[in-house]
Amino acid sequence: MSDKKPKRREFLFTVSYAVGAVGVGAVVWPLVDQMNPDASVKALASTEVDVSSVQPGNTITVLWRGKPVFIRRRTQDEIAEARSVKLEELPHPEKDEDRAKDPEWLVMLGICTHLGCVPLNDKGDYDGWFCPCHGSHYDTSGRIRKGPAPTNMEIPKYEFVNANTIKIG
Amino acid sequence: MSDHEYKPSSKVGKWFNDRLPLLSLANHLTDYPTPKNLNYWWTFGGILTFCLITQIITGITLAMHYIADSDLAFASVEHIMRDVNYGWLIRYVHANGASMFFLAVYIHIFRSLYYGSYKSPREVIWIIGMIIYFLMMATAFMGYVLPWGQMSFWGATVITNLFSAIPLVGEGIVAWLWGGFAVDNPTLTRFYALHYLLPFLILGLVVLHIWALHVPGNNNPIGIDIKKPSKDTVPFHPYIVIKDGFALLMFMIVFAFFVFYSPNILGHADNYIEANPMVTPAHIVPEWYLLPFYAILRSVPDKLLGVIAMFASIFVLVILPWLDTSKIRSAVFRPLYKQFYWILIIDVLILGYMGAMPAEGLYLLVARVATAYYFMHFLIILPVLGYKEKTIPIPLSIMEPVLGGSANLSNIKKKESIH
Repeated sequence: MSDKKPKRREFLFTVSYAVGAVGVGAVVWPLVDQMNPDASVKALASTEVDVSSVQPGNTITVLWRGKPVFIRRRTQDEIAEARSVKLEELPHPEKDEDRAKDPEWLVMLGICTHLGCVPLNDKGDYDGWFCPCHGSHYDTSGRIRKGPAPTNMEIPKYEFVNANTIKIG
Repeated sequence: MSDHEYKPSSKVGKWFNDRLPLLSLANHLTDYPTPKNLNYWWTFGGILTFCLITQIITGITLAMHYIADSDLAFASVEHIMRDVNYGWLIRYVHANGASMFFLAVYIHIFRSLYYGSYKSPREVIWIIGMIIYFLMMATAFMGYVLPWGQMSFWGATVITNLFSAIPLVGEGIVAWLWGGFAVDNPTLTRFYALHYLLPFLILGLVVLHIWALHVPGNNNPIGIDIKKPSKDTVPFHPYIVIKDGFALLMFMIVFAFFVFYSPNILGHADNYIEANPMVTPAHIVPEWYLLPFYAILRSVPDKLLGVIAMFASIFVLVILPWLDTSKIRSAVFRPLYKQFYWILIIDVLILGYMGAMPAEGLYLLVARVATAYYFMHFLIILPVLGYKEKTIPIPLSIMEPVLGGSANLSNIKKKESIH
């Protein structure tokens, strides 16, 4: 055999493998992507909530995209407590001012950042929330203070449409 | 398989066997030489096959009535319990069958640990077994989600959230697993599809597991290599078939006790409340067979490291054949290993108990110590023990201590009567 023929053959093999790999990828991708959130799930992007009946010190829980959202009307004591904490003491330092634009209203996903349970209201060592699943304690700003959760409870995108209505999403 | 010499007696049999040697295979399985000293701990392979087939048959019949839809699933399970003819029986056999399956697989695994069945040349049998065990856990977890009760929903939420611990891509993977922004209908339907698929994968792996077993043949209580066939072996049929059959009957009595007298004792009352994404039950616990791993997950205060520890606790089992450096298989001849073996069993039971308790105070402390010991057993004690331990001399054959009047005779007799 001359030197030329194996080279040509190698080239054909490489090209065949490459085309084959692209073909397999093109077939596999739709099969994988079909599992991602579909159009009907994504369409439920925003929820409007009437908060006129919520008294200071109370929390309501609403469902947004299948997830619970806590809307808490905080008392002056709770706001003071949240704002007086030094950032160095926090495992995930975030200012309360950044989490609650209007200090009276705390709007956040009611989902523990550890493994996704719904924390309990007015419980725990920091007067905020306590997750019964694996014992994470959150303060009155929903920030993680003690326990296995890595981050503060998430603040979703929201806005006041008018004085009584919050639009989440 | 070395049964080429087999010739069917009938002409039709020979004609067929020349074209597809099924009769040769049947003959291999019947005559298969088995160590004559196998004890009842060796009957759990057959029991596990029974469990798998029971789950597949009851599962397929349940699937004829169950509806995988987040609005209808819970009601369809109650429909099975109340309206479908014998639906209660089929569902209780399926639900308790999962627990019985795990009971048997844990005995089977710990049998292997005691008698060193995972060691050369049986590493591949062991690894296939571990893959089966892992698939069993995945299947059981997804099956538990299907009734769409509170434990189903929150168990699914917690377990799928384990993947969110992966840096960068974690959140994307979780959304992909869910098919949404939370556990919801798309999650239920895909879990149903996979819960139906995985048992058949397990069945295929069981065939490979047995095939790999039939290459070196069974290990045995004294863990020595034996000549096959010889005075040390008996044919699988009828000797082992009868013994396996008798053990299976005993096992079915236990199984029937759970199904008929306390069908819900291994379940959780909260799962008779329909799934509610707004309220987490005060105390989430997985099914009993996953509790030790749950305890390991919770005993690590960091999210990612906790998940890594949990998966590592299974992975150390996969590489066990290389962690255990001792050339002696059976614990009968390993006085120190035998003690550590029982400490490991107690350790795993403690982990299981801690997994069911709240993760706080003394419980958490004990769980942490038990987790540390679990890893120490496999990563430090076993490798070192292989070099340091002074083992008892092993007999040359199963018959030797009996016929040859070996010095080990009384020793072996004593050990065997215990196990």
